[in-house]
Amino acid sequence: MSAERLASGDPAPMINDPAATEEPWVLPSTRKVGILSLILTESALFTIFVVAYVFYMGKSLNPPYPKDVLEFPWLGTIALLSSSFTIVAAEIMLRRSHRLGFLLCWGITIALGAYFVYFTAFEWLHLITVKNLTIDVNVFGTTFYSLVGLHLSHVFIGLLLLSIVWLLTFFGKIPADHHEHIEMISWYWHFVDVIWIVVVTVVYIISVRVGIN
Amino acid sequence: MSSETIIDDNFKAPPPERVGEESGSLTRIVQELVFTVDHKKLGLLYIGSGLLFFVVAGLMATMIRLQLFFPHHELLTPDVFNRFFTMHGTTMIFFVAMPWVFGFANYLVPLMIGARDMAFPRLNAFGFWVFLFSGIFLFSSYLTAPGLYDAGSAPDVGWFAYSPLTSKAFSRGHSTDYWTLSLLMSGISSIATAINLIVTIVCLRCKGMTLGRMPLFVWLILVMAFLVVIAMPPFSACQIMLCLDRYLGAAFFDTQAGGSAVLWQHFFWIFGHPEVYILVLPAFAIASEVIPVFSRKPIFGYPIMVAATVMIAFISTAVWAHHMFTVGMTSVGNTFFAISTLVIAVPTGIKIFNWLATMYGGKIRFDLPMMFCIGFLFQFLIAGLTGVMLGVAPLDWQLSDSYFIVAHFHYVIVGGIVFCIFAGFYYWYPKVFGRMMNVKLGHWHFWLFLIGFHLTFDPQHVSGVLGMPRRIFTYEAGRGWEIWNQISTIGVLFQGAGVLFFVTNLIYSYFKGKKAGDDPWDAWTLEWATTSPPAEYNFEKLPEVKSRRPLWDLKHPEDPDWKFE
Amino acid sequence: MPGSLSTFGFKVFLILWTLGVPVFAAPAGSEYPMRRVADIFQPLSRPAEMIHEATVLVLMICAAVFIVVTGLLVFIVVKFRRRADDDGQEPPQIYGSTQIELAWTVIPILIVVVLILVASRTIGEIQNMKMPEDALKVRVVGHQWWWEIHYPELGIVTANELHIPVSDRDPEKATPTHLLLQSADVIHSYWVPQLAGKTDLVPNKDNELWFDPYETGVYFGNCAEYCGTQHANMLIRVIVHTPEGFARWVAQQKAPVPAPQTLEEIEGHRLFFANACMSCHTVDGTVAEGVFGPDLTKLMTRQTLGAGVAPITDKNLWSWVKDPQVLKVGCLMPDMQLLDPEVDAVVAYLKTLK
Ligand code: HEA
Ligand code: HEA
Ligand code: HEC
Ligand code: CUA
Ligand SMILES: [Cu+2]
Repeated sequence: MSAERLASGDPAPMINDPAATEEPWVLPSTRKVGILSLILTESALFTIFVVAYVFYMGKSLNPPYPKDVLEFPWLGTIALLSSSFTIVAAEIMLRRSHRLGFLLCWGITIALGAYFVYFTAFEWLHLITVKNLTIDVNVFGTTFYSLVGLHLSHVFIGLLLLSIVWLLTFFGKIPADHHEHIEMISWYWHFVDVIWIVVVTVVYIISVRVGIN
Repeated sequence: MSSETIIDDNFKAPPPERVGEESGSLTRIVQELVFTVDHKKLGLLYIGSGLLFFVVAGLMATMIRLQLFFPHHELLTPDVFNRFFTMHGTTMIFFVAMPWVFGFANYLVPLMIGARDMAFPRLNAFGFWVFLFSGIFLFSSYLTAPGLYDAGSAPDVGWFAYSPLTSKAFSRGHSTDYWTLSLLMSGISSIATAINLIVTIVCLRCKGMTLGRMPLFVWLILVMAFLVVIAMPPFSACQIMLCLDRYLGAAFFDTQAGGSAVLWQHFFWIFGHPEVYILVLPAFAIASEVIPVFSRKPIFGYPIMVAATVMIAFISTAVWAHHMFTVGMTSVGNTFFAISTLVIAVPTGIKIFNWLATMYGGKIRFDLPMMFCIGFLFQFLIAGLTGVMLGVAPLDWQLSDSYFIVAHFHYVIVGGIVFCIFAGFYYWYPKVFGRMMNVKLGHWHFWLFLIGFHLTFDPQHVSGVLGMPRRIFTYEAGRGWEIWNQISTIGVLFQGAGVLFFVTNLIYSYFKGKKAGDDPWDAWTLEWATTSPPAEYNFEKLPEVKSRRPLWDLKHPEDPDWKFE
Repeated sequence: MPGSLSTFGFKVFLILWTLGVPVFAAPAGSEYPMRRVADIFQPLSRPAEMIHEATVLVLMICAAVFIVVTGLLVFIVVKFRRRADDDGQEPPQIYGSTQIELAWTVIPILIVVVLILVASRTIGEIQNMKMPEDALKVRVVGHQWWWEIHYPELGIVTANELHIPVSDRDPEKATPTHLLLQSADVIHSYWVPQLAGKTDLVPNKDNELWFDPYETGVYFGNCAEYCGTQHANMLIRVIVHTPEGFARWVAQQKAPVPAPQTLEEIEGHRLFFANACMSCHTVDGTVAEGVFGPDLTKLMTRQTLGAGVAPITDKNLWSWVKDPQVLKVGCLMPDMQLLDPEVDAVVAYLKTLK
């Protein structure tokens, strides 16, 4: 019994039942499984930061406390969440091979994301210079900046990816076999949005209602 | 846009080139290793660098043991000793066991599932080089500050680096920064490689290889990779928080600014406990390949083996605080974690019994891989039972942080994992290099290492029971610990000698070993279907399988497996 | 408890070794037996005793599992090894059996249930034990690398060596000691194996521990959580007195410190205050109120120096004052750079502290 047959290139040496070969052998795409695993691992990362935030809620030894300094980030939130819709619109345009529509919707997505970054930058500037909330002032500062900052860094990475796609499309054309890449980027963007919903709920809604100590 | 990829189309591979036929000038080889994205070469790089780190960390362990040979021994200063056990533990876990695990997975998974490479070959190379860099980075700490002679500014906070010992106030200088940055990087590399493994296993199986037909090895690696993906990020989160504390004055773990010392312990062990199963699952994976082949029977209860593995992984995410029974949890907390810890004994037991049942009624061949596996079964049983004792929280109150713990985890890690890894070396060496490993040298290796292992770690149970805490650089005379430490130290010399035989064997057999042929063990999984060493793209034609043991089907057309599945 | 020791089951040979270890008799210097060998199989206090009972039970269960499984392994390896006269045929291929799988799922579950019951009962008994009102209360604060010890109700402060009265085997008559455990810096752990399991001393957290020793003696233990350079020399001695002995000790601790008499002592006293010793150490009745180092008020009533690193003798005291880094490298008391005659004087003064 020689196993070498397998490597020697004999046609399909394993086939014992010819009928079976007729069925197509289809597996999920590597990109999708890859991005899903990435999202899983990122969720685990965020979970720990959220847990740390919740753990330290109401445990700051000295002010400033959340309820004194935090204001609900309406504009930023609206911008970020609506970008999830514009990116879906962009995908639809892409599927219809509507290049201009795609560029437009994709561009709006970038703009909304960028606005979110801009908004947060000014929020932080205000918190630091006016409200004296810094990362080393108390455990609220520590957990606030690290959680929101972690999310912000993900928005950044997302924006980078979005911009690359936009530029590539603007100066050339996205080859059809790269459509899946774009879909994956939009999945990632949705994930960043969902994380924001969690962050905003924990930080701006729950923690401002928690009493001190 | 098609969301599915038809595998066959993905693999219009260039004509394979036989590795053995290339000209082997040294620069050429180095060049090839540095630029390679081939899963086999990366696998070997992982295993090889793991071996180097093993020797270094093993020599540190030898120094630790020598220092403890006498009470009040003054071979090492306290700081040097503390650095040694920290670096020994950190290196062994993150730069020995992890790369071995990833190395074996990298080399074998694509072969076993009949694929030509990993899903993302370049990510794979990235993972390896980041891993290697973080290891070198960690060791570069020995060259800084007081320099090599004074043992540098190597980390000295223990491998789990409890806060607040790591805060700026108690760990001045940069030793802890080396530790945390290095492990942050190696964590990222592990996650990348784990994602790669998951995608490879899910998306690149050859035709006919349904999930239920994958070799158990691949299943266990899949579960391991999932554990990495969910357990490693908490660890990276810990390191990020620690960096924020140390560099920006954040207060996550700074107890003087209202931070919590216990939070670090929770976060660390949420990673740390799954980590030990991340290490042991691949060891199980090796055993699950070796035991059937050398018993000449299929694995007993395949679906239950898979289910038990998934159960182990699942439960292992909810037991972390059994490392914290002494930290002052409520009785409810202690009871909960005692229960979840003990429950793990059930699926683990199922695995042990299934291996035994696989051997039962077989015709067991005592080749070296099987010898190491039998050693593994015996030692893992004891290790598991001491683990169960620790899981009963009140016992842990006595035994925690004593030498009993040291004995427990070296029993699992050395007696279990390292034994399985050695089994893996002897089993797949012929596939990798096309030559058999020398049996005589192998026997020397086996017996010396076995004896050394028991001499080193059996007595530590006793010194632990007699109240000897771990991580002490010295001890008083007359507390009943001397003899146990002396036996333990002598054991290391045996282990070291065993390892020397092993390394000799690796080199000797590369040049002088008996030619192996493609399938020296008469085995059943796909890696044995290709040449030894496998060609660049593994298979000229992608195989197609109908059962869990494709080569069995091939060799026994009258009695193929697929009739029974 | 040699009887229960014999249940060391799967490691019978290890027990024999353990039994061979002599229990040290009392040397000169202490009126009580020195219990240096802190064997958890020889508990002498209720929590340790309860743990010991659980240990024996769990050990027996594990030993039984070990014997069965190892027996099976040996049997299989011997019985099913390939014989020399093998016919080259493959053995029958068996893929699994649901009944058998079920059996070895259910039996371990039952065993695990028993273990869980043992665990939760013992946890509850020890952790939820009601301390009697009159239990002796002690506050122990861990420092890098020594123990600060307070008796709030007695107004006594000391270091490293814990003095408590003996209790009674009969729970009705027990006079337990209740420890409040805190930390001033990093995590430590208080472990006296013959008295109780260990409990950590965690910054910003109050932990508790109790014991009620049945027998007098000097019990040995260690800091059991790695806490930095000198973790190894953070030793514990618990001196369990007879009730009279304890009363004597209390009286001694509360008695005022006699003023220095000889010229040398007075010079030492002066140097002590001139050399910043006072900024880290307390001596009652003087302006020395430092809390960074151990309270030295009754230094000479202790058996050891530097948390057990050396016995208190003239030579060791001298060495310590000259340069503590000799006896205890890396400890947090700096070399005070005293000249030899100054050291002589300071030691003379320290020797009055009793
Ligand atoms: C690869 C590694 C590995 C593995 C597989 C295990 C397996 C187990 N470990 Fe271990 N453990 C470590 C590595 C590992 N451990 C390390 C590294 C540490 C220390 C870290 C440090 O502090 O530095 C540690 C520490 C550790 C502690 C903390 C001790 C302390 O610090 O206070 C505990 C406590 O519960 C524990 C328990 C267990 C249990 C219950 C298992 C179980 O999974 C074992 C299950 C197996 C069996 C039980 C045997 C087979 C089963 C049967 C034959 C069935 C029948 C049996 C019964 C019903 C009982 N381990
Ligand atoms: C993969 C994990 C792994 C492995 C394989 C080992 C292997 C060994 N370990 Fe270690 N160990 C840990 C993980 C591991 N360890 C961890 C996590 C800790 C906790 C650290 C902490 O507390 O922070 C620890 C702690 C630890 C301690 C406790 C230190 C303390 O608490 O103070 C001791 C003491 O005996 C020890 C010993 C050994 C020995 C003798 C080996 C041997 O098996 C090593 C054998 C290898 C060699 C000897 C080297 C190769 C041989 C040669 C180059 C030949 C020449 C040499 C000779 C002839 C001697 N280890
Ligand atoms: C910077 C603070 C500091 C100063 C100044 C200092 N000590 Fe200490 N001392 C300590 C600390 C901390 C310890 C505990 C060391 C240990 O056990 O790890 C200690 C321990 C001791 C002990 C042993 C106490 C015991 O019970 O074990 C003696 C005696 C002592 N000091 C005497 C002195 C004298 C005399 C001086 C002045 C010449 C002095 N100390 C100055 C911090 C200080
Ligand atoms: Cu204190 Cu270790
Ligand atoms: Cu664990």
